[in-house]
Amino acid sequence: MTPNATIQLFATGRRIFRGRWLATLGLAWLVLVVLAAVFAPLIVPFDPLEIDPVARLTEPGAAHFFGTDHFGRDTFSRSIYGARMAIVIGLGSVLVALLVGGLTGMISAYFTRLGAFLMRVVDVLMAFPALLLALVLMTLLERSVMNTVLVIGIVYATTTARILFGMTLKLKNEVFIDAAVCSGAGHASILFRHILPNLISPLLVQASFIFAFAQLQAAALDFLGLGLPPEVPSWGNMLSESRIYVTRAPWLLLFPGALIILSVFSMNLVGDALRDSIDPRFKNDIKGV
Amino acid sequence: MLGYATRRLLALIPTLLAASLLVFLFVHLIPGDPAAVLLGDTATPEEVEALTREMGLNAPLYLQYLYWLGNVLQGDLGTSIFFGTPVLSVIADGAETSILLAVMTMVWIVILGVPIGVVSATRHGTWVDQVASGGAMLFASVPTFWLGLYLILIFSVSLGWLPSSGYPSISDEGGLANLRYLLLPSFTLAAPNAALIIRLVRASMLDVQREDHVRTARAKGLAPWKVATKHVFRNALIAVAAAFGFTFAALVSEAVVTETVFSLPGIGRLVVQSILRRDYPVIQGVILIIVVLYMVINLLVDLAYAWLDPRVSLK
Repeated sequence: MTPNATIQLFATGRRIFRGRWLATLGLAWLVLVVLAAVFAPLIVPFDPLEIDPVARLTEPGAAHFFGTDHFGRDTFSRSIYGARMAIVIGLGSVLVALLVGGLTGMISAYFTRLGAFLMRVVDVLMAFPALLLALVLMTLLERSVMNTVLVIGIVYATTTARILFGMTLKLKNEVFIDAAVCSGAGHASILFRHILPNLISPLLVQASFIFAFAQLQAAALDFLGLGLPPEVPSWGNMLSESRIYVTRAPWLLLFPGALIILSVFSMNLVGDALRDSIDPRFKNDIKGV
Repeated sequence: MLGYATRRLLALIPTLLAASLLVFLFVHLIPGDPAAVLLGDTATPEEVEALTREMGLNAPLYLQYLYWLGNVLQGDLGTSIFFGTPVLSVIADGAETSILLAVMTMVWIVILGVPIGVVSATRHGTWVDQVASGGAMLFASVPTFWLGLYLILIFSVSLGWLPSSGYPSISDEGGLANLRYLLLPSFTLAAPNAALIIRLVRASMLDVQREDHVRTARAKGLAPWKVATKHVFRNALIAVAAAFGFTFAALVSEAVVTETVFSLPGIGRLVVQSILRRDYPVIQGVILIIVVLYMVINLLVDLAYAWLDPRVSLK
C-alpha cells in the first residue's frame, strides 16, 4: 500500500468512526480477535488439545486463566484457537455468500431472462428459514469446517442475491452505463468495471452483517451437534461440551459465550457505522453509540 | 385489493411446487438407495425391495414426484422410521408445545419490543434511547442457547423458581399451571427477536416523524402524545407488521435450538432428533409443513400490508 492510500484509508476510517466511541471500541475488539487468531501459537500457555486428567474442571486461576474443561484442557488456550475458527467461519461464509449471491444477483439483474429464472430459485430457497436450510444441508454433508462454511455461506447468499439484484437493476439504467454501452464495452466489462465498483460499499456493509450472523449460526450448529467436528476448538463447540458440566463449572459457559457475544456485538456496531456512513438517512441517528 | 390478492395467491403456487420438489429431492440427494435410506439400517433386503416397488422407485423421477405429491395432498406424509407411526401424527404430537411456545414468545415480543421501541424513538438521542438501542443490539448478538442455559442456571438451579426442562401438556394434571414450563423457553426465544422489533419500531417511528403530516399535526397544536400515538405510531406499525413474516422465520430457526436446550417435546426438537436418528420421512414432513406455513404467513402479511397501506397494491 502506498503512503497516500494509507493516509486516505485512515481518513475514511476517521470519518466513519468519528464520535462513535462504542463502534470504535468494537473495531478495537475485532482487531484484538484477529491478532489473537494470527498469533495463537505464540500466545497460548498450553496446547489446546492437550488432555490433563489431573487438572480436569479446574477453576479459573493463575495457571489456567479461564479454568479447564472436563478433559483438563486449558480453556484460555482453546478460546484463543477458537478465535481462529471464528475468523475462518466468518470470512469463509462472507466469501461464499458474496461470490455466489453477489454474482447471482448481478447477473440476474443484467441478463433479465436468465435472471427471472435465477431469482425464482432464490425465492424458493428463501422459503426455508435460515437455520432449517442449514440443518437440511448439513444432514447431506459430513461435519467439517469446509462444509460448515459452505452451508452458512449458501444460506446468506440468498439475501445477498436479493439485495444486489435490486441495486444492479437501478444502476443498469444510469446514464454512465449507456455511455459504456455506446463506447463498445462488453458485458463483462460493464458488469465488473462499471457496475461492481459502485456496489463495493453496500457489499462491505452486507459482509459485516453476514460475518456477525455466521458466528451465531455456526455456534447454533455446533450446539446441535451438526456443525464443526467435535474435536475442533471453536467457541460453539466449547459451549456445546460445557452444557453437561454447567452447574459444576459455570466458567466453561461464561468465557466462550462472552467471546461470541462481544465479537458479534462489535461486528454489528461496525456494520451499523459503515451503513450510516454510506446511507445519509441514518446519519446522527444514534449519537455516541 | 381483490385483484392483488388473487395475483399473489396465484404467484404462490409455482413457488410452493418448486419448494415441494426440493423437499422431495432431499431424500434422493442422500447417498444410497432411497428405499434403504427411508427404511433405516435395520431393514432386510426384502423390505427394501417391497418399498422400492410400493414407492414406484423404478419409475421415472417425475412420476415418483407426482405420486409423492398426490400422497402429500391427501395428508399422507409417509411413515416414521423411528416410531413406525404416520409422520403426520408424530408432528401433531409436538404441535401443542410448539404452538403454545410461539404464542407466549409473541406475547413477550409485543410487551417488550413495542413499548421500548416507542420510548426509544420518542426520547430520540437521549441516554434512554442510547441504552435501549445499545441494549437491543447487544441482545441480538447473544446466542439463543447460551441465554437459555444461563436462565436455567439462574432461575432453575440457583433460585429454584421455575422448572428447567420438559413440558407436560396442559390437558394433563396441573392444567394451565403447566405453562410455567414454557416461561423461560419463551423468554429465551423472544429476547433476540424483541431486540429486532425494538430497532424496527424505533427506526420506522423516526422515519414517520420526518413526514409532512406529522409536521402539520404539530403545527396545528396537537398535544405531543397525541401526535406520537395517532399520527406516528399508527403509521409506523405498518412497517412493523411487514416484519412479522421475517420474525416467524427467525422464531422457527431459534425454536429448534431453544426446544433442544429446554428438552421440550416440540416440533423444533423433533427436527434435530430426526436428523440425528436419520429419520428422513419425518425431516421431510416437518420441513414441508414449515415451508408451506412460512409462505402462507408471508402471503397474509403482504395482504395485511396492502390493506393497511393501499399504495402497495397499486404498484
